[in-house]
Amino acid sequence: MGIRFVLMVNKQGQTRLAQYYEYLNIEERRALEGEIVRKCLTRNEQQCSFVEHRNYKVVYRRYASLFFLVGVDNEENELAILEFIHLLVETMDRHFGNVCELDIMFHLEKAHFMLEEMVMNGCIVETSKANILSPIQLLDKAS
Amino acid sequence: MTGPSLMDSLFQRSIDDLIKALRLTPPGTEAAFVAKAIEEIRREIRSTDPHTKASALQKLTYLHSLHGLDMSWAAFHSVELSSAAAHSHKRTAYLSAALSFNPATTDVILLLTHQLRKDLSSPNVHDVSLALSTLSSICNSDLARDLTPELFTLLSSSKVTVRKKAIATVLRVFEQYPDAVRVCFKRVVENLENSDMGILSAVVGLFCELTENEPRSYLPLAPEFYKILVDCKNNWVLIKVLKIFAKLAPLEPRLGKRVVEPICEIMKTMGAKSLVFECVRTILTSLSEYDSAVKLAVNKVREFLSEDDPNLKYLGLQALAIVAQKDILAVVENKDLVVKALSDSDVNIRFEALRLVMCMVSEDNVMEICRILISHALKSDPEFCNEILGFILLTCGRNYYEVVFDFDWYVLFLGEMARVPHCQKGDEIATQLIDIGMRVKDARSQLVNVTRELVIDPALLGNPFMHAVLSAAAWVSGEYIKLSRNPFEIIEALLQPRTSLLSPSVRAIYIHSAFKVLMFCVYSYLKLNGEESSLPSTLTDSELVSDVELDDHNMIVTNGQAPSASSITHHLTQESLLALVNLVEINLGPLAGSNEVEVLERSTNVLGLIKLIKPMLLGSLNDCEGDQTKGELKASETVKMIFDSCSEDLGPVSVNAQEKVPIPDGLVLKENLDDLEEICGDIKLPVLTSFSLVRPQFAETSNSAECQGKDESELSTGSTSLLAEHRKRHGLYYLSPGNTVTTSNDYPPAHDPKDMAIDEDEDLAKLTEKSLLTGKKPSQSKPRPVVVRFDDGEVTNAATNRTEIKAGLISGAVNEVLLGDEATTSSSSRRKPPKSRRAAEDSNVSITEYKSDASKIDQSEHSKAGLGGSKHNGHGKERRRRSSGKDKEHDRKDKHKSDSAAYGKHRSRHRADKAVEAQAPVIPDFLL
Repeated sequence: MGIRFVLMVNKQGQTRLAQYYEYLNIEERRALEGEIVRKCLTRNEQQCSFVEHRNYKVVYRRYASLFFLVGVDNEENELAILEFIHLLVETMDRHFGNVCELDIMFHLEKAHFMLEEMVMNGCIVETSKANILSPIQLLDKAS
Repeated sequence: MTGPSLMDSLFQRSIDDLIKALRLTPPGTEAAFVAKAIEEIRREIRSTDPHTKASALQKLTYLHSLHGLDMSWAAFHSVELSSAAAHSHKRTAYLSAALSFNPATTDVILLLTHQLRKDLSSPNVHDVSLALSTLSSICNSDLARDLTPELFTLLSSSKVTVRKKAIATVLRVFEQYPDAVRVCFKRVVENLENSDMGILSAVVGLFCELTENEPRSYLPLAPEFYKILVDCKNNWVLIKVLKIFAKLAPLEPRLGKRVVEPICEIMKTMGAKSLVFECVRTILTSLSEYDSAVKLAVNKVREFLSEDDPNLKYLGLQALAIVAQKDILAVVENKDLVVKALSDSDVNIRFEALRLVMCMVSEDNVMEICRILISHALKSDPEFCNEILGFILLTCGRNYYEVVFDFDWYVLFLGEMARVPHCQKGDEIATQLIDIGMRVKDARSQLVNVTRELVIDPALLGNPFMHAVLSAAAWVSGEYIKLSRNPFEIIEALLQPRTSLLSPSVRAIYIHSAFKVLMFCVYSYLKLNGEESSLPSTLTDSELVSDVELDDHNMIVTNGQAPSASSITHHLTQESLLALVNLVEINLGPLAGSNEVEVLERSTNVLGLIKLIKPMLLGSLNDCEGDQTKGELKASETVKMIFDSCSEDLGPVSVNAQEKVPIPDGLVLKENLDDLEEICGDIKLPVLTSFSLVRPQFAETSNSAECQGKDESELSTGSTSLLAEHRKRHGLYYLSPGNTVTTSNDYPPAHDPKDMAIDEDEDLAKLTEKSLLTGKKPSQSKPRPVVVRFDDGEVTNAATNRTEIKAGLISGAVNEVLLGDEATTSSSSRRKPPKSRRAAEDSNVSITEYKSDASKIDQSEHSKAGLGGSKHNGHGKERRRRSSGKDKEHDRKDKHKSDSAAYGKHRSRHRADKAVEAQAPVIPDFLL
């Protein structure tokens, strides 16, 4: 499994989105999120975007007040994951128009749907923004 | 609790309301607010109105996902809502299931089977893709088994989104239900030739995951992967294909030859760093025998390292670490950049650089590298400083100090490391100090100098991290006191008042070492008097004298220097000795009442001894009388015996020594001890070993040291002779010259003036380069000291470490599909007699490589049959088998298959012939 989890966390360390591709119970999730957030949020812009944690490699990137953290296994290509994060942010930008923390908070379901279109089972399956967004736009139209 | 009412539906809080309210809650009251919200949700979720229910579930999912609330109680409601007519409600339900269900324990998952099947067969693309996403995240073995037929149909769906998602789901289904491979695998393989990027990306991603576990099974698909590698222009797909080849290439040399060219091409022409890095990584891990490619890759790594981007720097260092295992020269070429990275602001980068620097260490540059590293350690934060020290200790201590040629230098360096302000590696330093003392005779005199510095420095006693080192230093000072220049100074140091800061166990070692030193002084004094014959009456027995002398020769390790014992004799007068004895007595007197049993015992021993020898000293001071002479004689004999037992050289004992001793007949070890365990199971034994001897092989030695200590205190007169006898009888477990490994080699002296000038990183680079490139060692020649080691022990330990590869169920099924059912029968060997012998050979190879029964069979199959043909043949067989007991789903599938099977047979004959000609067991030659 390439991608193990995707997290979005704000500057204060509050989780804004959490998607796991392997089952962890609530305690494990909280512990993992806490540890990773502590590790990543203390790092500055001049430091590299990769942190090793337990048996994960965490690739993270900061956009304004929001951190995007992706946990991958050791085989994954770190730079590709950085590109994936960027693609995710661009996709959200296109949908929400300059996405911010509140957009994700209030549209958590939609954010999950976007991720669902992009990643299945830890594998990246879609990289075209139009394809990712088309089912969500349909959903918007319907409601 | 009241049931859901119309009021609830009308005035239900929406998810937006909930989030807004949550944001407004003052900190601290959040938990109460959430509890209240859950109360509401519990009520609302039971509503029959799907909208109310969906909204409640939405809120619950939100709270679960971001606030860590348990929602397992609502699992059934998710199932219920999943059958809602509105797509958006269905979405909410499936999302909540995907986020909260535990595939292993949530039992209502089974209730979802029907709904999932319905949605998977729905004409609505969105319903299907929704169901697939859900299935991929909550799939358990039951769901996988029940839904495999639906999934099989979807694998050839005409809708790209659906097919793509079906492929991605397949991985999960395979994991849960390996039999699904037999059904679906061929359709998955067909998708490798699809031109749609989404599908290709999914299927390549799937194979990338599959090859991770059992790459050999997928070798037959190499031609398809190769085509993608050459034709595809999508970076995501290329990266995954490269990962697949990284796994496959080591298994089949001709494959490597084939792919190295296109990979280099991609590396040269592509701009995307991620892709370039993947090429680099593939070449360095799997294609390292192609020199030109490796060179190209290392050049790319150098580019990465020279960039300002910390990400590229980090990855570049990681890539170098891969090369380092195979070709250290490539790392050395870039060491300027690596050493520079040691002072990077990012600790992750520093750490990687440190690892690389330690890879570069060899016997020629170990001193320079260590000097650089310690200067970095002094500059860095405590954490990284200890990281550096730990690495140095690990590297230098590896394989019995393999890289260390100059032990005088290394011992000094250990002392230096111990004094680094943040040092917390005391335990390891202590272990190595003692270990070197025991293993390397020639290093002992320098070791004594180093430990003297440590022991006499009162400032060090205040640092608790130093205590382990100090205990080792005290032990070494006592054990090798013969080599010391001034035993008086040592004994004063060992008894200095600040030793009260030490922990009791360390203090006990201090006292015991003081005991040994005292013994040595008294003995030397007696011997001196005996030699001078100033008091012939005291040592009337001339035999004793000669014995002493003889012993003395054996004991004192001559080091090419004048025996330092002689220097002691200069200030060994009766007065000074008496002063010494008094000093010991005064300092240890109070400790005889100590609460700590070790401290108490040791000091009592010493005091007892003093009681014994003091009259003798006093007696010889006041011209002695007859009876006193008698007592004195007795005392001097005792002193000699204690001294002898102290001087018996301690050597390292092989870990296996105990096993080699045959258990005598009639000796029952276990039963009695079991009884003992029952009686004193909860009694904690006092800690005897006070050095923290981390490595197990030393444990025995330290025990024997302790035992010896006890012998001495008991003043057992026969100890020396017993020891000697033991040595005679069990000589093979002791160190004998024949058992040691003597590595004679040149090495530069510790204080080469040339080394002094080197301080800067650049100089290190230059020097290491020189020594590595010329391959010559500095001209000064001095044999490397003997490092005592055993050939058994560790080696056998390492050999027992055998990894067992789990026979992968998936790969077994894959092989069956790809290569046909013949794997389990042996009919194929009858059909193709000319190839059977080679097949047998190949299977042997695979046994040695894999030690896995499954792969053994696979491999022999690989070698017998060509790729494409066997694949399709396999389906022919599979069809026959499956169609017997399966439903109409399979009948439909069969029609499709029989076509391809016929086609496959035709091709297989064609290919198999070619394979024979080219002696190609695995991959047909049309590709390679």
